[in-house]
Amino acid sequence: MSTQASRAAARLMISPSVILLFLWMAVPLGMTLWFSFQRYNLLMPGQGGFVGFDNYKYFLTDPAFFTALWNTLALVGGVLLITVFGGILLALLLDQAIYGQGIVRVLVIAPFFVMPTVSALVWKNMLYNPVNGIFAYIAEFFGFQPYDFLAHSPLLSITLIVAWQWLPFATLILLTALQSLDSEQLEAAEMDGAGALSRFFYIMVPHLARAATVVILIQTIFLLSTFAEILVTTNGGPGIASTTLTYLVYVQSLLQFDVGGGAAGGVVAVILANIVAIFLMRMIGKNLET
Amino acid sequence: MARKTSNRRKLVLTIIAWSIGFVIFFPILWTIILSFKSEGDAIKTPLQVLTSHWTFESYGLVQERSNYFRHFMNSVVISFGSVILALIIGIPSAWAMAFVPGKRTKDVLMWMLSTKMMPAVGVLVPIYLMFRDWGLLDTRTGLIIVLCLMNLPIVIWMLYTYFKEIPSEILEAARMDGAGLRSEILYVLTPMAVPGIASTLLLNVILSWNEAFWTLNLTAAKAAPLTAFIAAYSSPEGLFYAKLSAASTLAIAPILILGWFSQKQLVRGLTFGAVK
Amino acid sequence: MIDRNACVIEYFLTDWAFAQSIWEDIMTLTFRALLGACALGALATAASAETTITVATVNNGDMVRMQGYMDDFYKLHPDIKVDWVTLEENVLRQKVTTDIATKGGQFDVLTIGTYEVPIWGKQGWLVSLNDLPADYDVNDLLPAIRSGLTVDGNLYAAPFYGESSFVMYRKDLMEKAGMTMPEKPTWADIEKAAAAMTDKDNGIYGICLRGKAGWGENAAFLSAMDNSMGGRWFDMNWQPQFNTAPWKETLTRYLDMMNKYGPPGASSNGFNENLALFQQGKCGMWIDATVAASFVTNPKDSSVADKVGFALAPNKEGVDKRANWLWAWSLAIPAGTKHEAAAKTFIDWATSKHYTELVAAKEGWANVPPGMRTSLYENPEYQKAAPFAKMTIDSINAADPKNPSVQEVPYTGVQFVAIPEFQAIGTAVGQQFSAALAGQMTADQALANAQSLTEREMKKSGYIK
Repeated sequence: MSTQASRAAARLMISPSVILLFLWMAVPLGMTLWFSFQRYNLLMPGQGGFVGFDNYKYFLTDPAFFTALWNTLALVGGVLLITVFGGILLALLLDQAIYGQGIVRVLVIAPFFVMPTVSALVWKNMLYNPVNGIFAYIAEFFGFQPYDFLAHSPLLSITLIVAWQWLPFATLILLTALQSLDSEQLEAAEMDGAGALSRFFYIMVPHLARAATVVILIQTIFLLSTFAEILVTTNGGPGIASTTLTYLVYVQSLLQFDVGGGAAGGVVAVILANIVAIFLMRMIGKNLET
Repeated sequence: MARKTSNRRKLVLTIIAWSIGFVIFFPILWTIILSFKSEGDAIKTPLQVLTSHWTFESYGLVQERSNYFRHFMNSVVISFGSVILALIIGIPSAWAMAFVPGKRTKDVLMWMLSTKMMPAVGVLVPIYLMFRDWGLLDTRTGLIIVLCLMNLPIVIWMLYTYFKEIPSEILEAARMDGAGLRSEILYVLTPMAVPGIASTLLLNVILSWNEAFWTLNLTAAKAAPLTAFIAAYSSPEGLFYAKLSAASTLAIAPILILGWFSQKQLVRGLTFGAVK
Repeated sequence: MIDRNACVIEYFLTDWAFAQSIWEDIMTLTFRALLGACALGALATAASAETTITVATVNNGDMVRMQGYMDDFYKLHPDIKVDWVTLEENVLRQKVTTDIATKGGQFDVLTIGTYEVPIWGKQGWLVSLNDLPADYDVNDLLPAIRSGLTVDGNLYAAPFYGESSFVMYRKDLMEKAGMTMPEKPTWADIEKAAAAMTDKDNGIYGICLRGKAGWGENAAFLSAMDNSMGGRWFDMNWQPQFNTAPWKETLTRYLDMMNKYGPPGASSNGFNENLALFQQGKCGMWIDATVAASFVTNPKDSSVADKVGFALAPNKEGVDKRANWLWAWSLAIPAGTKHEAAAKTFIDWATSKHYTELVAAKEGWANVPPGMRTSLYENPEYQKAAPFAKMTIDSINAADPKNPSVQEVPYTGVQFVAIPEFQAIGTAVGQQFSAALAGQMTADQALANAQSLTEREMKKSGYIK
């Protein structure tokens, strides 16, 4: 149906965003690439100069590098796992007829509106704290020793905070998908004698798979740059137990103000993120074909 | 099905849903409770906190110390400004991609999303240098530009998937009725696109409102939004839970209220192409 | 499949009105906001006859209090207007450093500490304050603090308030245990007292110390503790010293105390977490910043306000340095500001004796900014109002940023090393110590890691050839 003219018009309509995004990507990336080969510390002007791959060498041989890589994957994976499965369950629940559905939905989506630093502070001080925190009181109430979350399983604790923030997003998308499910199809299946479980697995799951991939794609992009929660709660510790790649780049570029080293870290992070992205897009691309 | 069992089922489900909702909401509820306590009471045991004296003290202190209205206005201007700008740039693109899809459309979309993968902490210095040279530091304009570019991929993605759901049969029907292109866009397409645009706007306003890295690092006094307001209350030397809670409540209240009132809208357009 | 067209049309009919109303709301709101922005802009232009200076400051109590006294400043200097940027310490440091290093020029007055001043002063990034008026009385500044803020004879920042660290303890618990705290305790005394006061069944922990990783958190405390064991961060060739006996003793004794007598979750406790614990009566002792004294003795927030005693920070028998650090939040002017004169006028006012008297007259002597001037500690009214005054001044005087250790060092700073790399190194080392406290590794492992990572960073930055 599309004519030559409409194609030209389409191109014209797309170009502003493509050009802008290209500049937004290329200029900082270009500058970052340039800096990554320089010795450039903001705090020590006049010591510049080309250093070849030194910045990369230091970043990649950082003893924390591989742990950080693993932690990043664990954090992103953990949050995705919790939010997708939690989201499906919540969406199923919210799709049912219950009293005060609107209010419950409001309660469930509320965490999405809270700034990351605030939620990290609240969780750290009011929930996790092993002396004053709510969890400690619950544990003591049942006669257990309070568990020191941030010291003994820092990564899991941070995963929980981040998952809490993103659960509403996943729930909302999955709920939308669930509500678009053809109810006649479900009823027909029910009449054919399909039980609740088989209805769930044979009709709902395939339907939700598409929504789940979208959740995974969008969240991964945001989760890869998780940083405020780590800074507020554990500073990447104890040791390097909760240091992620983004946090490592932060240490280089904003704690040490080593722009060169930070840039090298940034380039490494971009490359790794894009590897993840390629995998994701393969997956999504398949799932999103219409 | 017997009405009685279905009623009981509804009751059970209600109880489960409400408990889960309560648990998820609890951290926010607790923040709100603490904001009405004195600093000394806010660090007591949960039971003592609940039974202690309620007070507006913290709100008074926050009011006295900072110019909430200025930060609030900056947040409103920056988040709505950036999203509206992104919509102005994004709507034509998404429109074209949805209605005149080419071979590369999917790739372009994916590439757009991938521009979001640059870790902000790694590029602060280059951006800061540019902003300094262009006189954009501590201006709302600067932040609107940055946040617009940050959100543009998501905006285009959301709009694209929404527009794609508009059946082209409707367009053809309108055309057959003899509607011109102008009235086709004005009376047929726009009204159908509005829910999608509205929910795109809402979601991205929320994301911009909570963006705390660029908004903190590229502003000082004049353009500082609510994220900077919060940073004035977290972790000083001394007790700060009550004051931080009050400041947090003030910072998240506007967006929470907006989100709650428009949640139906938000849900409706939030398909990201997840629905066939 | 359901009828897609019908669905879409129905959708559009039910939603259109609602969407339209939302859209209208949003547009009006945006319009109003833009209008408001314009109005604000207009106001700013109207007032441009006066000089506006932007002051970046940390959100600690004394700075916040100062913002309440601005009327006095405006009365004295009606031609200067002050725009405040108040931020949490880490955010502030990150912003201010980026701005000064890139010559961003967003601020006219910066609040910085004794860590930044020597580094930035050497770079020529700060305006010398040697020409402050005579009534500023620069000779009245505490010598230790003044020396920490002076580079090559130039005073680069005016102290606003200063702090050292000391021991705060519960007099009632010590009495119950039948002990008395010496005025100048040793680490052995501290360990004994901690053991005697600990009563975990009743939620009382003998000692609370910083455990949260960070160069300004546990690394600060342990660096000071290491000084008191006779150790240092670097030798004269910038070789890190974590493989020497004093560091080993420091970490071992710290871990031993914390594991036996410390509160649970200590590895994420910083100043504020410990303050909360102490105020609730859960700590027998707490070794931390002297400013904490005014918080723990304030009956409004503290449940133990009348039971707190103070003692000098401990040392190891025979070592002539105590574990007390030195920090001063100070006001400085970035080189290249367009409002240097106005900025100096402001700093002169904020750090003057006049300001101290102003606060004393309105809120009592106990609330004036401490640790800045000798005259304050000679003032009998202050001594009466602040029971911790003498201990504070003794602690500050005992710290010497130029000679922090009994051994020779190539750096300035007691609980830090004033080199640009230290923030990252100190934090990384702090993480190792915090991991040791959390039980994830032994003291030896933590020290070995600290040694190798510090060596690596020092090589990278060219200190070690």
